[in-house]
This record gives sequence, C-alpha cells and structure tokens, in this order.
Amino acid sequence: MAVLHANEEAFTKILESGEPMLVDFFATWCGPCKMLAPVIEELAADYEGKLHVLKVDTDENQSLAVNYGIMNIPTVLFFQGGNEVDRIVGLLPKESFVQMIDSHL
Amino acid sequence: MCSITYDVLILGSGPAGLSAALQCSARGKTALVIGNPPQTSLLAKAKLVDNYLGLPNISGSAMIDAFYTHASKAGGVSFVEGRALNAMSMGGGFYVSVGSDVYQGRAVILASGVARARPYPGEQELLGKGVSYCATCDGMLYRGRDVAVIGLAQDAHEEAAMLAKIGCKVTFIAPRRPDGLDDAIPFIKAAKLSIIGTEKVEGVLADDQAIPCDGVFLLRDTVAPSALFPGLATESGYIQVDRTMATNLPGVFAAGDCTGLPLQVSKAVGEGQTAAHFATQWLDAQNKQIHN
Repeated sequence: MAVLHANEEAFTKILESGEPMLVDFFATWCGPCKMLAPVIEELAADYEGKLHVLKVDTDENQSLAVNYGIMNIPTVLFFQGGNEVDRIVGLLPKESFVQMIDSHL
Repeated sequence: MCSITYDVLILGSGPAGLSAALQCSARGKTALVIGNPPQTSLLAKAKLVDNYLGLPNISGSAMIDAFYTHASKAGGVSFVEGRALNAMSMGGGFYVSVGSDVYQGRAVILASGVARARPYPGEQELLGKGVSYCATCDGMLYRGRDVAVIGLAQDAHEEAAMLAKIGCKVTFIAPRRPDGLDDAIPFIKAAKLSIIGTEKVEGVLADDQAIPCDGVFLLRDTVAPSALFPGLATESGYIQVDRTMATNLPGVFAAGDCTGLPLQVSKAVGEGQTAAHFATQWLDAQNKQIHN
C-alpha cells in the first residue's frame, strides 16, 4: 500500500474505520521531514495490508495539526480503534517506528 | 530529496573541518563543508596566535581566512552555510539536514568544535512539547501564538524576524542584544534561563522573570554531536575516537576540539587531515566490497 497524502476528509474516513493507521505530520519546508519521507515509504511497503500509512501536510491541514497538538514536525501518530495510542516526535531511525508499530499490532 | 551525493560531509568550518576538506580533495574525493561563516569561528576572535609552527604572530582572523581561502580553492570542495540540525544513517549513506535542505554523503567527519552550552532546566523534558531547535521547521505551527526565541546563535535574530514575519508573537531572550535585531521584537536580557511547563511549554523563566509562551525556539551555534548521532560514544563531553579518528559509528569520523584537549589549532589541523585520510580509505574499502 502506498503512502496516502491525506486531507482532513480522507484522514477522518480512515480514522472512523477504526483500522490501525500511522500518520506522518510534515511540512514541505522542513528538512528533517524530507529525511523521514523514505522511512515512511518503507514502512508503508513493509506493513502493506496491515496498516494505513498517511502523510498530512500541516500547512494545508492546520486544523488537524492543532487538534492533535502537533508542536514539532515531523511528528508521527499511531491510531487504533479511532484513537491516538502512541506518537513519536522528531526524526528517529526506522527501528524506532517499527518498535512502536509492532507494540500495537 | 537531493540529487548530489558527496563522498564526505564535513560538519564544521573551523581549522579541523577545512583541513579535512583539503585532504579529501587531495585524495580525489568530493566534500561538502557545512558550517557557520569562518569569520564567526572561535579562532577568528583570537587576537594573536603564536603557537602554530612556522606562522608566528598571526591574528586568528587572518589565519582562518588563509585556511578558508586555501580549502575553498581545492577541487571537489563545496561549502554550505548553516547548522546541521539532524543526521541520519540510511542505506549505506548519511543524510544531514540544514534548515529546510537535506544533504547526502557516504561518510561523515564531525568537526563542530566544542558545544559549550549545557541544556537548560526543562529543555530536554519539554523537547517536542513546545521546545524546538528549528524555527524553519516548526515556526508555522505557532502562528498567532506567543513564542520565545532563546538566541545564542549568530543568525538567531534573522530567525526571530522570520518567525515574526509568519505571524508568531516573538520575544527575543539572550545574554546580550544582538546587532540587527528588529526593533519591533521585544528583547529581554537574561543569562539564567529555564523552561517551565509540565505537559507542554508554559513559559520561560528569565532571571526570575516569567515570560508566558507556547513555544520556545532554542537557537544555538552548534547542535551537540551526540544529539545529531544517537549512540555516538563520548567521554566527558568529547567524542571518543581511535588513532584513525574513527568514532564508534562506522563511517563517522571526528576531528578538532570536539575530540578533546588540547584545544589548539595545530592539533585540529592534524586531526582533520588524519580523519579525512582514513575516511577516504574507509570509502575505498566500502567500494571494493561492493565490487567484489
């Protein structure tokens, strides 16, 4: 499953399905976000069929960023059953994300 | 993401970094030096350097100028001004972010000098909860809100102006008012700082004066190498290296003041050359492995 560039509507639709999803809050002007991008793409490939992987541009979706208290980017949120259950703030190696995902799936 | 991959990314534009760049060039490798303008280096502030062999009675400023001119004429050496904020090892290479740009290299030489600042009380606890090191990255998330800029870096006043321009209500806090700070930005002179808040940033305590804000941008000249490279072995604040200036992380070398005493130019220059020598040797060995 490829990474889905989501707006608020697409985000809400998947959230309401209750299925597990990983959401990368990013911005185009942010260097660390660019570095994280290939990691997010790899995760989408590794967890294909098990996990929705979304990217939310905080500039275009400010209300989502505010609602979820995004204070630094990149911030990656993990949702399950329609609720946020975990988050990672900042640029970390892929293993940290794998650990977070595996602890919930 | 970025199209050019350099052989070596050199973090720091002081004597060690410039010497490393020259040696990379001599060994036919491309190098990108990431650092502050050489004239803002610690060496440039030294009135007189009298212990560099063969060059007695020279000012620090003239010395760094000569080093920079020499290195910048070397083939295959490029420069970019700015602070390395994040680094990441991936797929046999390294990515380093500088503001909104990302650079890619196959080996890294850390030559970032001594990070003199200790973390402020509350800084580490509230990192990601309102404390940020990157105004370019996170500024937009604080539009219309009160933010404090703790401006220790040379260009902090420019970043404060950028934050004000995008709509943040900025207060600039520093031990002294920087030249060039916009008059419209309130300035508070303070040396003793702590960041307050429990779940998220609530303000800055500046010499016992509480300044309420939602975000704190901590802008230092250099990010500590151990923060850039998680797992980097250090001892008493200095990076641990072996005789080849290799750190404990494969492909990451270090040189100059960041590896320890004595904090002297000739030692930095020698170490920079050694680090580049063995970094290029390491790269050649990697190439052989790929081709065999």
